[in-house]
Amino acid sequence: MAVAADSVGVVTPRKVAIATPLLLACGRVLPGFELMVETYGVLNAARSNAVLICHALSGDHHAAGYHSADDRKPGWWDSAIGPGKPIDTTKFFVVCLNNLGGCRGSTGPTTINPETGALWGPDFPIVTVRDWVASQALLADHLGIDAWAAVIGGSLGGMQVMQWTIDCPNRVRHALVIAAAPRISAQNIAFNEIARQAILSDPDFHGGRYIEAGAKPERGLKLARMLGHITYLSDTAMRARFGRMLRDGDGQYNFNYDVEFEVESYLRHQGNSFVDRFDGNTYLLMTKALDYFDPAREYGDDLASAFRTATAKFLVVSFSVDWRFSPARSREIVNALIAAGRDVSYARIDSQLGHDDFLMPIPQYHAVLRNYLDRVAAEAGS
Amino acid sequence: MSASLRPDLALISNWIAPGSRILDLGCGDGALLAHLAKTRQVRGYGLEIDDDNVAACIDAGINVIQADVDDGLAEFADRSFDYVVMTQALQALVRPDQVLAEMLRVGREVIVTFPNFGHWRVRVALLGGHMPHTPALPANWYDTENIHLCTLADFDALCRDANWQVLERALLDRSHRTGASIRVAPNLFCEIALYKLRLPG
Repeated sequence: MAVAADSVGVVTPRKVAIATPLLLACGRVLPGFELMVETYGVLNAARSNAVLICHALSGDHHAAGYHSADDRKPGWWDSAIGPGKPIDTTKFFVVCLNNLGGCRGSTGPTTINPETGALWGPDFPIVTVRDWVASQALLADHLGIDAWAAVIGGSLGGMQVMQWTIDCPNRVRHALVIAAAPRISAQNIAFNEIARQAILSDPDFHGGRYIEAGAKPERGLKLARMLGHITYLSDTAMRARFGRMLRDGDGQYNFNYDVEFEVESYLRHQGNSFVDRFDGNTYLLMTKALDYFDPAREYGDDLASAFRTATAKFLVVSFSVDWRFSPARSREIVNALIAAGRDVSYARIDSQLGHDDFLMPIPQYHAVLRNYLDRVAAEAGS
Repeated sequence: MSASLRPDLALISNWIAPGSRILDLGCGDGALLAHLAKTRQVRGYGLEIDDDNVAACIDAGINVIQADVDDGLAEFADRSFDYVVMTQALQALVRPDQVLAEMLRVGREVIVTFPNFGHWRVRVALLGGHMPHTPALPANWYDTENIHLCTLADFDALCRDANWQVLERALLDRSHRTGASIRVAPNLFCEIALYKLRLPG
């Protein structure tokens, strides 16, 4: 495979062991933990050009490039990260990790609990966005990074960005909050609850000890992902992409429950491919982290108060047809930042797809990211 | 940037106290805010709808919020800014009176500029039976963005009726200069008007 000039190429993840105990929001303590990490670009001598990428619900440390020369798919945000791309790896040292509780190599339900010698499984503590930020701060210590030139994330990743600016105000110079919300709505929690119930009620769930039972809650996980995908796409995008198209070209209804409409085929495919790469317990705890995120809660439900100690400059981006994390929710973040007197710019990108647009190379979106990050790079002296 | 700053923007910056909080409605590429940040140490935000202008503001390091002024200022709290500014956009709004009222709610003071439809060139064109094409109003009647043009007298009447206090006023020709003819017959010779308003009391 010929690697494109604007690709970071073949990358190798590595595991970073953190020996510092971490007190979690739930009250439990992790004596130590491991994080799977990928980095792209070079940390400059002043250590001022580091950028942290925070992943969303089903993301991981593999944000850009390929894991081998014959890898078919690049990392999940390869459209934005690479030489000459908006998150330019010739200027920035880009760090991406699999969050605590994940299932791609970091300490989580699919790793061994050293105290018991058994898989963590359902005993892994439910972690919050704040816990993630605390673990990422320990990672920054490990990498020798005092302050990030920028912390960037979309969706649940954007929530981590906000939490960074509140919890570690002196360690974030720029915060890029993309397709996020200051807290999720009842409707959003409802979607998450259905996803969780699908997994929890799967006969193969075995109280979360499915790996030991030699099983996997595939049906539940698949349903959860199918539901998620509906909410990541706009009605218009679904009409445009699938309409009422039938899979069989003869145009006849089959009068059975096999895959018949194209949209059914798409959802089943998304569900099936997700099952292969994701873990049920991780999906459960990731959705809980989403539900619990609410930084204003400790500040009398006043988001502006939460942002008053932040010192970062902000770029907030939303997408016009995203209804899962709508532009109105991004405006709530912007309004709170203005009320708190923070520097903030806000771009509302005209888009087609829905929530998933934050992963797309939409020209205006990338122009805004590029313009903003070029200034960040100049400021970082890279 | 100050060297090439439009003279009306330079005039506006003289009306603004150093260190204040500014909201610039329809901020374009952010030229005014950039100038004010440099010369008046203001903390400012621009409201802008156009994609290219938003990208230009971000490129220039100006705080810009992508939004449509016609959607109103409901997102902004009462008296949350020292000044709310709008240059050359009033006449393109769906309801200029309502936006001005909103600006006066959000800002302690309001600075607004608009083209004077009472200028003699406009009157001559209308006497000749046609909608005006003037240096200040170059577009055709069918493709102009200007849907609510007014004269100085009309604007003064609105301020009177709405009980808005005119703190300052500058009347300029199209080269953004003031002059004797404008002083003698403002509604005939002024091409661009700048007003600074506030609510009484």
